[in-house]
Amino acid sequence: MKYDFFVTGDPIILMSQIGIGLTMIGLIALITYLKKWTYLWKEWFTTVDHKKIGIMYIIAGVLMFFRGGVDGLMMKAQTSRPGLELLNAQHYDEIFTTHGIVMILFMAMPMLIGIMNVLIPLQIGARDVAFPKLNALSFWSFFVAALLFNISFVIGGSPDAGWTSYFPLAGKEFSPDIGNNYYAIALQISGIGTLATGINFIVTILKMRAPGMKLLKMPMFTWTSLVTSVLIVAAFPILTIALLMMTLDRMFGAHFFTVAAGGDPMLWLNLFWLWGHPEVYIVVLPAFGMFSEVIATFSRKNLFGYVTMVVSIVAIAFLSMLVWVHHFYTMGNSAAVNSVFSITTMMIAIPTGVKIFNWLFTMRKGKIQFSNAMLWSLAFIPCFTIGGVTGVMLAMAAADYQYHNTMFLVAHFHYVLIPGVVFAVFAGLYYWWPKMFGFALNEKIGKWHFWLFVIGFNLTFMPMFFVGLDGMSRRMYTYSESTGWAPWLGFSAVGSLVMAAGFAALVYNLYWSFRYASRDVGSDPWDARTLEWATASPVQEYNFAVIPEVTELDQFWKDKKEGTNKIKKEDIKDIHMPSNSAVPIIMGVAFGIVGFFLVFEMFILSAIFSVGIIACLIANSFDYDDGYHIPAKKVLETERKWRGDL
Amino acid sequence: MKKQSMFPLNHVLGFVLSIALTVGAVFIVYQTDFSASVKMNIIGTLAIFQALIQLIMFMHITEGKSGGINIINIAYAIFLAIVVVAGSIWVLTTGHAAM
Amino acid sequence: MASQTSTPLEYSTHQNEMTILGFWIFLGAEIVLFATLFAGYFVLENGVADGPTLKDILMMKDVLIETFLLLTSSFTMGLALHQMRQNNLKGMLIFTVITLLLGAGFMYMEINEFIHYVHEGVTMQTSAFGSALFTLLGTHGVHVTLGIGWVILLIIQLVRRGITPVTSRKFFIVSLYWHFLDVIWIFIFTFVYLKGALM
Ligand code: HEM
Ligand SMILES: [Cu+2]
Repeated sequence: MKYDFFVTGDPIILMSQIGIGLTMIGLIALITYLKKWTYLWKEWFTTVDHKKIGIMYIIAGVLMFFRGGVDGLMMKAQTSRPGLELLNAQHYDEIFTTHGIVMILFMAMPMLIGIMNVLIPLQIGARDVAFPKLNALSFWSFFVAALLFNISFVIGGSPDAGWTSYFPLAGKEFSPDIGNNYYAIALQISGIGTLATGINFIVTILKMRAPGMKLLKMPMFTWTSLVTSVLIVAAFPILTIALLMMTLDRMFGAHFFTVAAGGDPMLWLNLFWLWGHPEVYIVVLPAFGMFSEVIATFSRKNLFGYVTMVVSIVAIAFLSMLVWVHHFYTMGNSAAVNSVFSITTMMIAIPTGVKIFNWLFTMRKGKIQFSNAMLWSLAFIPCFTIGGVTGVMLAMAAADYQYHNTMFLVAHFHYVLIPGVVFAVFAGLYYWWPKMFGFALNEKIGKWHFWLFVIGFNLTFMPMFFVGLDGMSRRMYTYSESTGWAPWLGFSAVGSLVMAAGFAALVYNLYWSFRYASRDVGSDPWDARTLEWATASPVQEYNFAVIPEVTELDQFWKDKKEGTNKIKKEDIKDIHMPSNSAVPIIMGVAFGIVGFFLVFEMFILSAIFSVGIIACLIANSFDYDDGYHIPAKKVLETERKWRGDL
Repeated sequence: MKKQSMFPLNHVLGFVLSIALTVGAVFIVYQTDFSASVKMNIIGTLAIFQALIQLIMFMHITEGKSGGINIINIAYAIFLAIVVVAGSIWVLTTGHAAM
Repeated sequence: MASQTSTPLEYSTHQNEMTILGFWIFLGAEIVLFATLFAGYFVLENGVADGPTLKDILMMKDVLIETFLLLTSSFTMGLALHQMRQNNLKGMLIFTVITLLLGAGFMYMEINEFIHYVHEGVTMQTSAFGSALFTLLGTHGVHVTLGIGWVILLIIQLVRRGITPVTSRKFFIVSLYWHFLDVIWIFIFTFVYLKGALM
């Protein structure tokens, strides 16, 4: 195997290495200076509180969005003019690979799982998730995996075979460098955490709903979270095995994907997309839920066609396991295979269309308030529809021979993923920010953020459809003047700068609101409908002093209107809480160290450190800590503080 | 504590059946003259029966308040298993591979 | 089973009920995981690259012994659970230890089998068939090994604490895991070994 431990010989990367080193030293110094280590350890690193874990996920997600976005900008800069050499071919390869993975696995997933973490227990009237400690472990394994993946570009070299890492390119023969080991190991570690999250949320939603909350009385976001979790549990084991095969092939000389030894590289494609297609629904379904909540709240109506909405989500989830071949129509399948998968793929458009109409009908005759959260939802509908319609074009196997692996495809999936994930996350953040932090984001700066980002997004990706139809294939690091693509791509590059300005506006908004926004937002600033708004802002550590009783969909709305949203002093009892635990973070770090040595194929060291993982499991098995109680008196005090009358 | 009969009838029955099914499968493979594909079909069916015996008699799948959820869960997992196995074989052994 | 009146101890708390359900869902994920391994094996089983096939190296007698060891261990695990529900700690421990011994015997036989294959010239590195075979069997074997370690941990806790709602829940879950591994083995036995003998 050939690698240099530190990537050398490249001034940009040398600068990043120095930059990363200095930032780390600076951070450590700052925390030490502020004497925040104990606080961080006690309140955050060892926490099992779903709200704090959710917030940590979101912070990590924002950072990763920055990383992935910078990758995107670098690619756009490189292709802004024909024949540029800002990046060489190798760098371009590394950058689109890390961009794809970071965006999907380390940005979209944590953002959505973070918001799910914060909200699910609140929406169903529960005090935490079913397995709080496991939840912390999920976070730490994700976080460690993200770190591991992100150091690849300074230590050892980035993966460079695309986010799909098709064999034989991703195999040892054609990618002898260390980079693709990072892919195999980091994804494995975060995948295990994600699987645990899926199980955790399923049990939470099925078993911890407030009394009276039948399945068909759950808020829509909870519904989409449930279905997403089911998809996670269905799909991630496939990734686990695919990555295991990759690891064995790359590090232990196995031949799953080597034709000469009887293997089949198509097996990798097949398994990758058996996971990969459900994965795109995993990131897009929670978004549907968030838009549903936001649109209902700001149209001042209940959601139109709740039951059809549920049915279509379940239908989407079911079909999404049956369409994976549409990602490789052109790779020599039989005609029967391509036809069947064409049909199943087109069928998915039906329930998705149903949902679009449900949102439109929810708004019809509603008193729409154009808050920022609502603006993102409104922008989502046309943008996502463009993504969906081009998706149906790609679904036709025969036509796909023209579109396959062109910029048209790249434009298509960004039109699905950016409205479907990024817009949704923005809508969700504006909407639930007050609940999480006790202050709202500034609406005026938010408008800048909105308009810059949405316009920039369309400017960036719309031209890609046209160069794609004109034959520009994806993952091309440069092109010649004679192709005639220069104007389109120049335009697109400018668009990406506008989008970046939008992101900057968001960051400024976070800063401004943190410094100056009013801390007095009340518990229900948007006059909303679901149970999470029945708690204080920010939410008390125990969520609900008294577990609410549910008889209706939108129970909180009903209680508000009928004035039954008061709790009684007598109902407040001691509240049982789970204790913090250091096991998850220690185990996460152990995973990281083992993973790091595996990446570098230092098997003895990684075996030694796996003892750490086993020790954590044993420690956990012998841990009979049963949590603690918050006395009723203290609960009453806390409740009086924000309710006033009690 | 609940009362349960002292003799674990269910378990003994399950054990005897699973031994019988295993021996039966071996018998079919080595001692009969069906064609290979007929044999595969028979022993495949026997395996499914044996798995069901384990699930119901040993694992008490229907037990507890979540019995219904358990059954849906396992049924869905089996559906997925069929999709993964049959789908992969279909996709990967027709078309390019058959040429 | 017939005269079951109240809920067993392992279901006695809400947290226990959730943990057991969570484990069932995990088993659902495990089904998909093994299905993926089987899919890989079925696609690659003929990819022997001029090396030996399974039929050439198969030791049906050893495989049968492994099968009976594992089947019996599943049975004794069931008996241990039965004893637990009778609130008989001693009986429970005895059957658990028997289960462990049978499990260890299975692992011993399986490792022997692997060594034999390597001698016959089939390793993870010789062909796609070898990779798929060792990965499928190996993943199952690693599961059994983890199961053995897990049961040992539980024996310690049972001796220390007796049969409580928590220990009974933990034991119930490990028993589910153990039976599940037996189910997987049935499919390996049928669709790897017997099928291999037929080809
Ligand atoms: C923030 C603005 C973004 C910009 C400027 C951007 C730009 C790009 C560009 C230029 C490519 C490579 C095209 C090529 O040469 O093949 C690309 C690929 C990709 N992008 Fe983005 N993107 C952005 C956001 C996102 C988001 C939010 C996601 C997912 C949630 C995403 C997922 C992907 C994936 C999966 C690929 C394919 C990588 C590969 O070819 O292996 N992107 N993006
Ligand atoms: Cu797809």
